[in-house]
Amino acid sequence: MSATTATPVVLPPTRSRLRRRWKRYGPAWIGGAIVLAWILVAILAPWIAPYKPDAVDVTIRLQPPSWAHWMGTDTLGRDVFSRLLHGARLSLLAGFSVVLLGAALGTAIGIIAAWARGWWDEGLMRFTDLVLCFPPIILALAIAAALGIGPVNTILAMLVVWWPKFARLARALALVQRSQEYVEAATVLGLKPRRILVRHILPNTLGPLAVLVTLDLGNAILTFAGLSFLGLGVVPPIAEWGSMVAEGRELIEQWWVAAFPGLAILTVVVGFNFCGDGLRDWLDPKGRSR
Amino acid sequence: MSRYIAKRLLAAAVMAILASAVIFLIANLVPGDPVLAQLGDIAASDPATVARWRAKWGLDLPLWERYGIFLGGLVQGDLGMSIATRRPVLDDIIQYAPATLELATVAFLLSLAIGIPLGIAAAVWRDGWVDSLARGLSLLGVSAPTFWLAFIMLAIFYGGLEWAPGPGRLDPIAFPPEGPTGLFLFDSLWAGDWETFTDAAAHLVLPSIVLAAATIGLITRTTRAAMLDSLQQDYVRVSRAKGLRGWTVVMRHALPNALVPVVTLGGLAYANLLAGAVMTETVFAWPGLGRYTFRSAAALDFPAIVGITLVVSITYLLVNLVVDMSYAILDPRVRR
Repeated sequence: MSATTATPVVLPPTRSRLRRRWKRYGPAWIGGAIVLAWILVAILAPWIAPYKPDAVDVTIRLQPPSWAHWMGTDTLGRDVFSRLLHGARLSLLAGFSVVLLGAALGTAIGIIAAWARGWWDEGLMRFTDLVLCFPPIILALAIAAALGIGPVNTILAMLVVWWPKFARLARALALVQRSQEYVEAATVLGLKPRRILVRHILPNTLGPLAVLVTLDLGNAILTFAGLSFLGLGVVPPIAEWGSMVAEGRELIEQWWVAAFPGLAILTVVVGFNFCGDGLRDWLDPKGRSR
Repeated sequence: MSRYIAKRLLAAAVMAILASAVIFLIANLVPGDPVLAQLGDIAASDPATVARWRAKWGLDLPLWERYGIFLGGLVQGDLGMSIATRRPVLDDIIQYAPATLELATVAFLLSLAIGIPLGIAAAVWRDGWVDSLARGLSLLGVSAPTFWLAFIMLAIFYGGLEWAPGPGRLDPIAFPPEGPTGLFLFDSLWAGDWETFTDAAAHLVLPSIVLAAATIGLITRTTRAAMLDSLQQDYVRVSRAKGLRGWTVVMRHALPNALVPVVTLGGLAYANLLAGAVMTETVFAWPGLGRYTFRSAAALDFPAIVGITLVVSITYLLVNLVVDMSYAILDPRVRR
């Protein structure tokens, strides 16, 4: 994000200007740094984790945090810190898959509805409303349970409830674009509808969609972790944050087993929220700090 | 106005019927087999037992016939039998609903009581320390995983400090109050049983804070944005100019107009609290609909899943309807 180049008049930054800029974009930079750090952790987990995530050693089970085990050990003597680093992989992957696939599907449906108008619009949008009238968690829970335990099934179940908000936003944005003069000009020039849709309307709707995607990544990670916590996301030996909290939820005395993985979820979600807010302010300076 | 209401009611009814078809299809088309979840391994390996079991629950009929039977029952208020509890689904829902209703209502009131004043203060002292505090709190509220927050609260206030009671609605040795509603706070007051009332209230503190965390954040943000908006309007400047005191302007002139979006969000948030209690209820061993949903899903108890999804969806639709109508009352421009 080139936040500093957005200022039209170039003045030497004074102290108060720097402060204002920091106030406005500081959280976004912090959020970006957090997210980037977690992505690096996810990629490098096998090399930076001090132990194997599934190395069982019951002689050292439930040890409190120490120099040897920074975040202690769980009921099977596995190193919580190593499992937490490995857990970043699945959480981020699930979050990105759900949101990107859901956004692609929803945007396609929304833009087609806005372009086609009439029956197609009516039909697609009523279907969207229909899916929206189900409570998302409960529907995803039911589908995930029926499909069977596993990350792919859980992601599929989340996709079923995830696309409608993108369809609504994309349709609204595309309707606005449709009535713009440049679309009329393109039609007059004899461009095919598909070309106008993909090359002209779609790019102009990407900004607000990108904001929703970024804000939604945290949401998707939260929901995936929640379904895992309920026992649907992963099969036991695999390290995943939600299921790690579930494994430690009875252990109130040995708080470290559940506390650290939850803290990991919290930081990554805060990171994405900061990024999304920053992106929104940057794209829409008028609506700043609302 | 009455035409508007009739139109909305009709649309909601059509949606409810369509929703029932969709949820029925999803529940019956997905590959999970309740036979394996319900019968043991040995019983499931005997074809005769499996066939008898399927016939008993009507699983051998074609799909459309099953939907017909389901719809026929629905009209008479019959949601079918739960495979796991072997009781009518409606009875189960009626039994578990009050616990969730009580928890969600307390959480909702809590989020209004904290979110609205905090949002107003943040807008009035914009960019001050209250604003920063409000922003930080609402960010944490929407970002913290509910199930983790529940664990942390229990670990600190029950395990560590021993200020709060443990999971459940009442002390393990206490008897639930006799009463007409199943809402323990109401029933115990009804019976004049002060001891049970304080016990039930104490057990509500932690779970309602946990459940409210995300909603407090949302309501604070919405109130703040709406207040900032209405504080910049001309009529606010006029009332300042004619010499009204600062807080009178804020509370009497800016606030009522700012509350419209808060009402909309509040209604949706309440419906979400009812549906979203799954995690909170699981951690706090709260005998409500959330835990029932989770158990039914894990047991692939299709009649129960269909029934509860339908009931919750209809609640959603109704809440939306009420919100839209209150909107029409608050803002005459919507009525056309």
